[in-house]
Amino acid sequence: MAEATPLLKDELDIVIPTIRNLDFLEMWRPYFQPYHMIIVQDGDPSKVIKVPEGFDYELYNRNDINKILGPKASCISFKDSACRCFGYMVSKKKYIFTIDDDCFVAKDPSGKEINALSQHIKNILSPSSPYFFNTLYDPFREGADYVRGYPFSLREGVPTAVSHGLWLNIPDYDAPTQLVKPLEKNTRYVDAVMTIPKGTLFPMCGMNLTFDRDLIGPAMYFGLMGDGQPIGRYDDMWAGWCVKVICDHLGLGVKTGLPYIWHSKASNPFVNLKKEYKGIFWQEEIIPFFQAATLSKEAITVQQCYIELSKQVKEKLSKLDPYFDKLADAMVTWIEAWDELNPPKKTKLPNGTAK
Amino acid sequence: MSHPIIKDDEVDVVILATQPDLTSFLEEWRPMFSRYHLIIIKDPDMQKDLKIPEGFNHDLYMKSDMDRILGSTSIRFSGYSCRYFGYLVSRKKYIVTVDDDCVPAKDGRGFLFDAVAQHISNLRFPATPFFFNTLYDPYQKGADFVRGYPFSLRNGVKCVLSCGLWLNLADYDAPTQALKPDERNSRYVDAVLTVPLKAMMPLSGINIAFDREVIGPALFPGLRLAGEGKQRWETIEDIWCGMCAKVVCDHLSLGVKSGTPYVWRKETGNAIETLKKEWQGMKLMEEVVPFFQSVKLPETAVVAEDCVLEIATMVKKRLGPVDPLFGQAADAMVEWVRLWKAVASVSPTPGV
Repeated sequence: MAEATPLLKDELDIVIPTIRNLDFLEMWRPYFQPYHMIIVQDGDPSKVIKVPEGFDYELYNRNDINKILGPKASCISFKDSACRCFGYMVSKKKYIFTIDDDCFVAKDPSGKEINALSQHIKNILSPSSPYFFNTLYDPFREGADYVRGYPFSLREGVPTAVSHGLWLNIPDYDAPTQLVKPLEKNTRYVDAVMTIPKGTLFPMCGMNLTFDRDLIGPAMYFGLMGDGQPIGRYDDMWAGWCVKVICDHLGLGVKTGLPYIWHSKASNPFVNLKKEYKGIFWQEEIIPFFQAATLSKEAITVQQCYIELSKQVKEKLSKLDPYFDKLADAMVTWIEAWDELNPPKKTKLPNGTAK
Repeated sequence: MSHPIIKDDEVDVVILATQPDLTSFLEEWRPMFSRYHLIIIKDPDMQKDLKIPEGFNHDLYMKSDMDRILGSTSIRFSGYSCRYFGYLVSRKKYIVTVDDDCVPAKDGRGFLFDAVAQHISNLRFPATPFFFNTLYDPYQKGADFVRGYPFSLRNGVKCVLSCGLWLNLADYDAPTQALKPDERNSRYVDAVLTVPLKAMMPLSGINIAFDREVIGPALFPGLRLAGEGKQRWETIEDIWCGMCAKVVCDHLSLGVKSGTPYVWRKETGNAIETLKKEWQGMKLMEEVVPFFQSVKLPETAVVAEDCVLEIATMVKKRLGPVDPLFGQAADAMVEWVRLWKAVASVSPTPGV
């Protein structure tokens, strides 16, 4: 008989960036209500964000971020959902689940509602298998296993640091693809979770994501995007590339696949194009940079790995654009801020209080 | 961008007959197979005559044919290994092959999946090994490359190997199946994806298709267990050549896909019986993986044949001392390339 998936309600925070309202939480209520939420309010801090009754949360607007981080607040993006990573920093929990405010509960092919959080928890609590591809996908899922030929010495797997979920309905396409295929919807439910092999990079989408803060948190910096920056819609991409290089180095796993959420809102492709424009060119250089990035044997913590990466960014990508020089500095600032807010702890710290 | 359609007369379906009566097998597959030419190889170890139903355009090869065509060779084409003979004698660009204990899988409404058509589609459209697409195969209808996928990588590379999967009896090894005797694979995962560059995988020969001209030389009966038997649990030859093939593909910038199509694999054999035999395969795999991870092929190896010969030399040198079976595998690889050049009617095509 299958074991019940633990709720982890005292070990997991839900981080939601928002600029509008949080009506979408009503649909998620049965699944999210047991958990503490961290809401990061982007944009105008004087606006009051209404949170539906009955949720336990703390909310931070730009003024709060500036107050808490002081000059280090410069590393947190403004007018971009990248600001969500502030929520990762202030959380006191082991796990983070982050979701966008235009994402709703999806249904599986049988019509049953998908408990996305529960699936993420299953993914993250079971090992990953990055060193050899299992053709039946996640061998730790019920009804699956390692196939013939899979070396026994690799079957224990490694700890899972990231669970990357997908989206039905509006797919996460870039602006050019959206322009060419404005009506395309993702209707294919692929009933699989799989480990992304070591050495393989992927485009990490922040819409439906869970990770282990203890294992990889400091690498989940979503970069400098939005207001005052030359680029947008590359926040999660940047974090994903850094995270994967570091996970590969530290022997941690990244899974992708289930759970699906229902992505309801297609953003304006022309607005997106303006934000992504530089990124589309830059990623041609950035990807080879990350593919070739190596970390030293001495880098054994996430912070050490991240600082090393930031130096390589400064050294190798600054010539692409001075933005990367700024970004490399911001990466260092982020780690400093992370370490300040997350000192090595002996006792559990209480949650921040709601505003 | 257009991807040329693969025509029926470019495909051979290779079937290894391990049972004397192929009637029920071929009748189940008739809707999918009847358009194609079949190459049927009768296992030389099987004494009984073979029964093949009417209406299939096929060539049948028996022991006498195999002896005549191969001449003197150190490779034993018997059991699962005689399927490879079919690859040698085929004159087509593409091969699709399915074990004879598999039938077409059905979807939830009872419609049959056309495994051959799916394999051909996998081979027709490019693979994308250099960067993982989270929506899986971007060339499938209703899918595409996701945000963050570099544009310069969206042309992909030629896919030369398509590895399908199995419903009902999954391709587990004997210990796994023995531990979970009632476990059946009932999960249909509606995806095909490219196995990324440098990622290794176990190739299951039960349900595959490939570009014979490009990668044929790298699919060979090399590693043969002393106790190799008539059950898939007792073989490793496909796992071994699959790892070679993947290394070759990575070196030549060719793609390997895994996922759909599924076939329905019938109950055969007894996992616990197999466990009683000495299970060499599992022990050997422990040596095999670190070896393949470290293989580097020279730039001068630009076709599969050359790559296989290079790997054979490395196997002999580095794995030969570990177990004599590896030395034999290396010899078999060299012999296979010789046979390929002598018998298979294709001149080396550089990786495209």
